[in-house]
Amino acid sequence: MALSRLSSRSKGISRPLSAAFSRSISTDTTPITIETSLPFTAHLCDPPSRSVESSTQELLSFFRTMALMRRMEIAADSLYKAKLIRGFCHLYDGQEAVAIGMEAAITKKDAIITAYRDHCIFLGRGGSLYEVFAELMGRQDGCSKGKGGSMHFYKKDSSFYGGHGIVGAQVPLGCGIAFAQKYSKEEAVTFAMYGDGAANQGQLFEALNISALWDLPSILVCENNHYGMGTAEWRAAKSPSYYKRGDYVPGLKVDGMDAFAVKQACKFAKEHALKNGPIILEMDTYRYHGHSMSDPGSTYRTRDEISGVRQERDPIERIKKLVLSHDLATEKELKDMEKEIRKEVDDAIAKAKDCPMPEPSELFTNVYVKGFGTECVLCSVQGPLCEF
Amino acid sequence: MDRDPHVCVMGEDVGHYGGSYKVTKGLADKFGDLRVLDTPICENAFTGMGIGAAMTGLRPVIEGMNMGFLLLAFNQISNNCGMLHYTSGGQFTIPVVIRGPGGVGRQLGAEHSQRLESYFQSIPGIQMVACSTPYNAKGLMKAAIRSENPVILFEHVLLYNLKEKIPDEEYICNLEEAEMVRPGEHITILTYSRMRHHVMQAAKTLVNKGYDPEVIDIRSLKPFDLYTIGNSVKKTHRVLIVEECMRTGGIGASLTAAINENFHDYLDAPVMCLSSQDVPTPYAGTLEEWTVVQPAQIVTAVEQLCQ
Repeated sequence: MALSRLSSRSKGISRPLSAAFSRSISTDTTPITIETSLPFTAHLCDPPSRSVESSTQELLSFFRTMALMRRMEIAADSLYKAKLIRGFCHLYDGQEAVAIGMEAAITKKDAIITAYRDHCIFLGRGGSLYEVFAELMGRQDGCSKGKGGSMHFYKKDSSFYGGHGIVGAQVPLGCGIAFAQKYSKEEAVTFAMYGDGAANQGQLFEALNISALWDLPSILVCENNHYGMGTAEWRAAKSPSYYKRGDYVPGLKVDGMDAFAVKQACKFAKEHALKNGPIILEMDTYRYHGHSMSDPGSTYRTRDEISGVRQERDPIERIKKLVLSHDLATEKELKDMEKEIRKEVDDAIAKAKDCPMPEPSELFTNVYVKGFGTECVLCSVQGPLCEF
Repeated sequence: MDRDPHVCVMGEDVGHYGGSYKVTKGLADKFGDLRVLDTPICENAFTGMGIGAAMTGLRPVIEGMNMGFLLLAFNQISNNCGMLHYTSGGQFTIPVVIRGPGGVGRQLGAEHSQRLESYFQSIPGIQMVACSTPYNAKGLMKAAIRSENPVILFEHVLLYNLKEKIPDEEYICNLEEAEMVRPGEHITILTYSRMRHHVMQAAKTLVNKGYDPEVIDIRSLKPFDLYTIGNSVKKTHRVLIVEECMRTGGIGASLTAAINENFHDYLDAPVMCLSSQDVPTPYAGTLEEWTVVQPAQIVTAVEQLCQ
């Protein structure tokens, strides 16, 4: 898109290109300034600058991680069709810039909670490919021991609170986490993510009211991919300006396919939330897959639309062009990186396939937390159910 | 709340107003607005927020001003409260207490006279207890707050004015244990909450008539204390359940099934269950009286079972 608007190349990098690749996740933190492709649209606040501070290291790592996310989701598609993943599987390809940009702006003390399209957010929070595939295939080494599935990924040590199947229910949870952060004086914020479909849930407005009333550090992030399953946003929302829906709560509309715009917006939002309470971020993004693997994704939108977005706005292509134009790697090096990523994903899948299913006794663990040592057995015709 | 800074209270009018039944009176003055939170009227959201806060380690006590209002938060209670410990593979615990008054009061009308224990009982991952006296109300509340599991504590609108001398020293009641109210030999009467008092009233009449009922306040509605209950059944061989829940799908229905499955050989008569009628609670006083079990009916039932 607006490549012509890219700022001047970073100065002072003069090294052979082959050496650049040998540090594929470069430790070179030479600063670069990137201009976002579009300006931010603001509601009740002053939008942040379009100039985003970054570095060569960050740019390369954006490419690598997003390519990894993309490859992971495509691989999940194949596994689902091979019936190794069952049930519901909601893929994130196309939306990677949101996950990546958000991580770049925050720390692991800041919390993220999202709905069921959570594989890439989990990865961004530090989860491993192996845990992802093992969980998707219901194996015991999955991040939820195989008991959660695609919609229930969590990572407590990185403040990733999941992973929720019921549309919108995660937003009050997220505001509760923000409340706890304020209660414990943690100087951290919570990003409560939801989609354009969930934006019409009443509980969002309830939670937003409380957040604004109690000055909670909650940031509501609407990942607007323009379709609530099969219903386009204009058929579901009288006002699809989701960043304005907060009324008295400030909002920002962001190009969600531009990882740097996302990073800038999240940085801005974090500063805002710590001082002034809640803010809404609307990420204008797009999903290439249908709503889930059961949805072809083509009955309510045209294939031209999908390929058009892929051509014009693909988040990885954008980063790739930036990497190339800044001379941080050659085409071949990036291709090699992608090959490496492919292998990494394939290896993780192979390992996950070898992982056994959970033991039958796992059916009854984690229903309750082990209590005060009372031996208490729930009985049924079939015998003891669980003890705690 | 003194002992543990992680404990906080949230609900409608729990703070400055002191609580609609004065349960939280004085707490806001003592602990401040951040620990005793007056919420707007949005059960779904504030229950969800309490659960989210619990995921991080806080211990909220969430009040439904009337238990019936918690129906608006059913999704949060069922899916998030009950199931998150399991679906996260044990990563998160939800140490919340969800409490509030329920039950049939004095002509409060159908929507404010609900008994939700039957609706919640199937939710995996939660515990349910019902208090009935000042002593066990305090003990169960403390135990519920200290438990790592989500606990729903059912209070009753008509029992708040009971007075009792309770110990000054610290004590807690075991969440999973039933309470032996009156040991006896002839029949096991299982009850909870307000019906315990109707049963004890009936017991006076029964004793005068020569019967010796064993009265157990089951207290733990999920899970049932089948140890105490079983020992009693093995002794008396007859069971009467007296509850305020509706007949269909109530706690009594589940308890009857559990007793039949586990102690069938010890029964000399079928388990009898006295429950409220399957009707919305009417406003008129006389009609309201007939929806719930009265002491006279309990006496008749015992006489029938002991023939």
